[in-house]
Amino acid sequence: MTLVILLWISILLAVALAFIGDWRYAPEVNILGSALTFAASVVLALKVYQGGAFSAGGNFFFVDPFNVYLVVLTTFVSTTTSIFSRRYMRIERSHGRVGHWRMRFYHAMFQLFIFAMLMALLTNNFGVLWISMELATLATVLLVSLYRTPNAIEAAWKYFILCGVGIAQALFGTVLLYFAAERVLGEGGNALLWTNLSQVSGQLEPTVLRLAFVFLMVGYGTKVGLVPMHNWLPDAHSEGPTPISAVLSGLLLNVALYALVRCKSLVDGSTGTHLAGNMMMGFGLLSLLVASFSLLRQKDIKRLFAYSSIEHMGIATFAFGLGGPIATFGGMLHMLVHSLTKSAVFFSVGHASQMHGTQEMARIRGLIRGNPAVGWGLLLGVMALSGMPPFGLFASEFLILTATIKDRPLLTPLLLIGLAVAFAALFRRVQPMVAGLIPPWQKPITAANIPVFLHMSLVLMLGLYLPVFLSHWFQMAVGLLK
Amino acid sequence: MSNALVVQLNMLLAALILLTSFALLVQRRIFAILHIFAWQGFFLGLSTAIIGYATGVHHLYVSSLLTLGMKVVLLPYILYKLIHKLKIHREIESMINTPATMMVGIALVIFSYHLTAPIRQLSSLMTRSTLALALATVMLGLLMMVTRRHAVSQIMGFLAMENGLFFAATSATYGMPMVVELGVALDLLIAAFIFGIFFFHINTTFDSLDVEQMAKLKETD
Repeated sequence: MTLVILLWISILLAVALAFIGDWRYAPEVNILGSALTFAASVVLALKVYQGGAFSAGGNFFFVDPFNVYLVVLTTFVSTTTSIFSRRYMRIERSHGRVGHWRMRFYHAMFQLFIFAMLMALLTNNFGVLWISMELATLATVLLVSLYRTPNAIEAAWKYFILCGVGIAQALFGTVLLYFAAERVLGEGGNALLWTNLSQVSGQLEPTVLRLAFVFLMVGYGTKVGLVPMHNWLPDAHSEGPTPISAVLSGLLLNVALYALVRCKSLVDGSTGTHLAGNMMMGFGLLSLLVASFSLLRQKDIKRLFAYSSIEHMGIATFAFGLGGPIATFGGMLHMLVHSLTKSAVFFSVGHASQMHGTQEMARIRGLIRGNPAVGWGLLLGVMALSGMPPFGLFASEFLILTATIKDRPLLTPLLLIGLAVAFAALFRRVQPMVAGLIPPWQKPITAANIPVFLHMSLVLMLGLYLPVFLSHWFQMAVGLLK
Repeated sequence: MSNALVVQLNMLLAALILLTSFALLVQRRIFAILHIFAWQGFFLGLSTAIIGYATGVHHLYVSSLLTLGMKVVLLPYILYKLIHKLKIHREIESMINTPATMMVGIALVIFSYHLTAPIRQLSSLMTRSTLALALATVMLGLLMMVTRRHAVSQIMGFLAMENGLFFAATSATYGMPMVVELGVALDLLIAAFIFGIFFFHINTTFDSLDVEQMAKLKETD
């Protein structure tokens, strides 16, 4: 019941905002609706926490500790992003970068995007998972090109084409999965249900599943932003409105990784080997290394953090590929803290570029003096992103590193190089932006500080102390992903 | 109809689908691409209906109608209107090295046969031999998206790829569950609106639909 309410809120909100999206109080409606979905998701999470996994709606939906934590995260970040977007889009509107129609479109698509992600997380059916992932792409394509500049249109076109190609591979993988499942589970819709598949994964034909996973890996890997399928990501992040960059980075990549992890546990269950895990480790490590070296040569502030997202998704993919209780736990924690930190950083970045009228890092200076909240928000966010204690990313990266040293010691140096380069690259760029004097072209703005503050204090808390219920919860999820 | 006849007919249609894929790959006139695409959809719909008739899997009739409606009538019609509105129906795309593209295409077909060999051995369906051709259609669509420079032909590659995926589902498993097929069709419809909007945006911003000029977003040092 809660589940159905959860999904209906965002879809109804999308329809309503399509009409009233430019009304004076539309951002407040957006915030209120998102907060309602957050409340519903917390109720859902409590239910799972007390009663364990369950399926609903005639097996159409399935909730377990693994997906429900991502549901809570998704609704939480969408709520804070809508708080941020209220200020941010008002400033953009007053600068004349968006008009009446585009505001309506923006708000409607924002909620449709949230709906698609929630659907992808909650569905029990691998086919519907694919459909929702595609819907999430389609909802954001035209948001990336919202400003209609040549660059924005190019970025959106690239996003549309590359993700279209990628996701098509995933559909082929799903067809193969269905082929294998049908031989065990019989014809009809039941053969694509996760609840059925996970029980019979040992009986599925390994040769078919191996082939299926190659396609699923490339397909969903494109959406995770794994190298070498990552080309769309920096463009889409840098050209769209900042609230969209925040949810793309903080949420969509997570959902895609979630799909990949689900597929992986099926495939490895069937083949009895570690093939899928090894592939994920390979792609993850490659993404970490390529992205951290690419960080060194960025000039655009949003591109910088887009590459940082590729880097962190690489780490999480690597962790899930490594498997085992510690690495999987670390991977889940990493997804959580990365998405909180990255969206907070994007909030600060959005305001910083509004203050300077550019996304060029060379022209962003003196943030701490100009606007202490934005400056410190950015600095603390970057400290967290580069894995410094006492923030949550330190804890998760530490766990992943420990598991690597234990299981695959030879890969440890590569992981360390990636982390070190990323650390150096981020600081070299961010330090001059936050320190120093206020440049003459800087304009003061009223920033939305609450979202950044909320996110960063959560990340700090998760670094210092992991609440018992959360670790218990993660352990339940780890048990599911064996 | 006897089973042998159905298998023969299905193979014939599969061959025609592959033929249209190759034709799409090298056709340079925008208008002709549209025609070939409609034919491909027609063969696909026909093949689905025949399989549905022979196997008694009745939901394939619905899929067949959906294919005919969307890929033979609706999408070509939308694209036809767009092309006229944008005044690009006479446009001829310059292309690099057609023979090389063809060779790569042939290699992809062989590769598809190789890749699907284990599945053909496992399957007992009468459509098993066409799975390789379906994968080949997907690959050729992908190749078309990579080699073309015109936004419309890139989209046609995308749609051809989608045809191949649909064909793969019919060949491997007599179609995906109905809820999935309807969902995919819905996504495709939304995608159609989006690229329609895109054609206008690209055309007004860049004065042409040649995406070659969209190369600004690169890593610069």
